Amino acid sequence: MTLHDRLLALDRRWVFGVLAVFVIIPVFLKFSVPITPVKEVREIYDFVEGLRPGDHILLSLDYDPGSMPELHPVAYAMLEQCFVKKLKVITLTLSTTGAQMVEEAIKDVADSCRIYHGFTPQRGIDYVFLGYKPYPGLIILGMGMNFRIPFPQDYYGTILDSIPMMRGIKNYDNVKGVINLSAGNVSDYWVADGNARYGVKLALAMTGVMAADYYPYYQSKQIFGIIGGMKGAAEYETLCKNPGKATDAMRAQVFAHVVIIIFIIIGNVAYFVGRRKNAPTQESR
Amino acid sequence: MTSKTAMRILMAIVALIFLFSWIIKSGSGVSDSTFTNVRDGFLITFAVFLTLSIFSFLYHDNPFYKFAESLYVGISAGYWMCYGFWSTVVGNFVPRASRSLSEFFHVPYQERADHILIYIPIIFGLILLTRLLPRIGWLSRWSLAFIIGTTAGLNLTRYLRSDFISQVSNSFIPLFVDWKGAGDFINHISLAADGQFIAILSNWVIFVGVMCGLVYFFFSKEHKGTFGVASRIGIWILMITFGASFGYTVMGRISLLVGRITFLFGDWLNIL
Repeated sequence: MTLHDRLLALDRRWVFGVLAVFVIIPVFLKFSVPITPVKEVREIYDFVEGLRPGDHILLSLDYDPGSMPELHPVAYAMLEQCFVKKLKVITLTLSTTGAQMVEEAIKDVADSCRIYHGFTPQRGIDYVFLGYKPYPGLIILGMGMNFRIPFPQDYYGTILDSIPMMRGIKNYDNVKGVINLSAGNVSDYWVADGNARYGVKLALAMTGVMAADYYPYYQSKQIFGIIGGMKGAAEYETLCKNPGKATDAMRAQVFAHVVIIIFIIIGNVAYFVGRRKNAPTQESR
Repeated sequence: MTSKTAMRILMAIVALIFLFSWIIKSGSGVSDSTFTNVRDGFLITFAVFLTLSIFSFLYHDNPFYKFAESLYVGISAGYWMCYGFWSTVVGNFVPRASRSLSEFFHVPYQERADHILIYIPIIFGLILLTRLLPRIGWLSRWSLAFIIGTTAGLNLTRYLRSDFISQVSNSFIPLFVDWKGAGDFINHISLAADGQFIAILSNWVIFVGVMCGLVYFFFSKEHKGTFGVASRIGIWILMITFGASFGYTVMGRISLLVGRITFLFGDWLNIL
């Protein structure tokens, strides 16, 4: 058996094993990876930075715990940025398993603000968490008329009208923009119902798997920014000068990507060498 | 040794590691409450067990993977049903329906004149359940007709606007951005991301990509000659798109792996 035959017959478990080793090793190494934020990420950061204290912003955190590594860093960095800017943050989730996760994220960021910035964001004054409701398309359409239609009360059972920061806030006309963090097709609803129907100023943060599919909306200016996967999250953390889990994970990403590229090259070389060897010769013709 | 005996030994080893981990994690808890430490120790150990059970599928199919998969499916279905009841029925219907029901479920009652409207979806919802009774099951078709009709209508208008009209109208882009003549263009040419040259190049890529992509999917004419070349470019554009999508997918999957590795070595083993 020649080398290229062995390569082509290689048990895929070896590939998994090598990849696991090259993801684990960099987790323990301490070196920094240069992170250069791209235009579509910077535009979201600039938008939030450009808002004035007291402006309302809606963060729709529509992902589940399975996508935490990619989207949680964005949520943490963005929430802290909003709280430090003294924005009024309306949060909700359109993911079934997202509610407790979002609640925990808000509490963590509130703790972080208390420790690092000397103030604690207050529920009802600085932020409101509306909780979860099923059928994202209908919820987004409903909020376009009035937040109180799909969410008569917030996650904790408080009627919306009795929440100080929600007084006078009726629908999307009263918020400066919507940033949707999504791990599924909820982004489609935000583009189709939120942006196309109500003209919501919309930006998307999403898992890496989804990102390539949503760039056409960015090119057509239906969304004003896009944060794709963990790399996008690391870029946002860099812009916020708040390096976290995504920035740390870039070390493992770099190693893993190099290993995958090497495997792709080896696989292709083995394939083409094998094809040349198996090609019919002059004599056999 | 038979495979059955080997599996029993393996299960015993896993059970021992599980117990050992639970005891160690409970002992290293930071809470003052023993109950909280024991509970957190169990939860972290169980999460580790499930993570490793799922990963074990990469080796080959096995009972640990089957257990984790079945548990996930069952819990997801139960969780979704319970959450649907508490968020939709208790969250939306009860506060608008009855004061006594609101008090029973501890949700604030909302007194408004248009509450009678909420009984329409309730009736449709109940009718949907008649599928369980064969003699009057046909009634459920009214609800299904309503669901299909409204969904079709909503999707037609919203996707027509967001995915067709907006996409088409925004594809009409200038092929010569800020054009003031060839001399001016050559004098100020630069590779800056926000420069004129890159803007013109980007718009040409979009224009050529859209046109050639459309040609590739035009099957009423044979793909030969100039048409064939455009079709060939179209398929290259599609392949580059798939490549970009695959690259993002790899990055996403590696991100999830990094997340689990961080959990195993950080939250469980505390060596990060």
